[in-house]
Amino acid sequence: MAIEVKIPTILRTYTGGEKAVSADGTTLSSLIDDLEANHPGIKDRLIDNGDLRRFVNVYINDEDVRFIGGLDAQLKDGDQIVVLPAVAGGAH
Amino acid sequence: MLTIDQETYDAIVAHAKRDHPDEACGIVAGPEGSDRPERFIEMVNAAGSPTFYEFDSTDLLQLYKEMDANDEEPVIVYHSHTATEAYPSRTDIGLASEPNAHYVLVSTREHGNEPGPVEFRSYRIVDGAVTEEEIRVVPALPPRQ
Repeated sequence: MAIEVKIPTILRTYTGGEKAVSADGTTLSSLIDDLEANHPGIKDRLIDNGDLRRFVNVYINDEDVRFIGGLDAQLKDGDQIVVLPAVAGGAH
Repeated sequence: MLTIDQETYDAIVAHAKRDHPDEACGIVAGPEGSDRPERFIEMVNAAGSPTFYEFDSTDLLQLYKEMDANDEEPVIVYHSHTATEAYPSRTDIGLASEPNAHYVLVSTREHGNEPGPVEFRSYRIVDGAVTEEEIRVVPALPPRQ
């Protein structure tokens, strides 16, 4: 099983500069654990207190995972994952 | 230093004035590694707020896929402050996630939607450290190398 995960610029320090890495998992949660095994430190940038960080977006085949089960979203071979930090901010 | 052409500068200011009192936001993309802000892209502020901005998550994915396909990156990430100065807030600093981008802030607090000057400033924000930089507005960007 191989799932391609696209890594944003800011997290490429964990992937040796790679823009995309391959990982395994049947749910988003297990895939992130597999990512962590190969790229230590990356999990903490994605997850906070057991949930996906508010300002990190993860997409499975172009769908925002927040609408398809979050960390419990199901994965299958060949799925494409994109991680993008939110572009956000503001005066307060 | 940020080098930006007059037309793109004016487009950012016009967007900020139009969306006042809500914060306006967007990107100017350019070829990867070129530091050339060439393609102006207005984004919708999904937060629709005078004190916060956030790109809609679907628009964000679309934008990054487009830039990826064009071998582009965000050269400028801009947004407006509508009641405070054009300086990155703690939120701006905490959420800045493009270490290669120029973060442009425009303040519309003085004239709002009306004509008149705005504060227009540019920063690098890397690992929580803010560095203001000089801005050079040119009639047109120099030809590509």
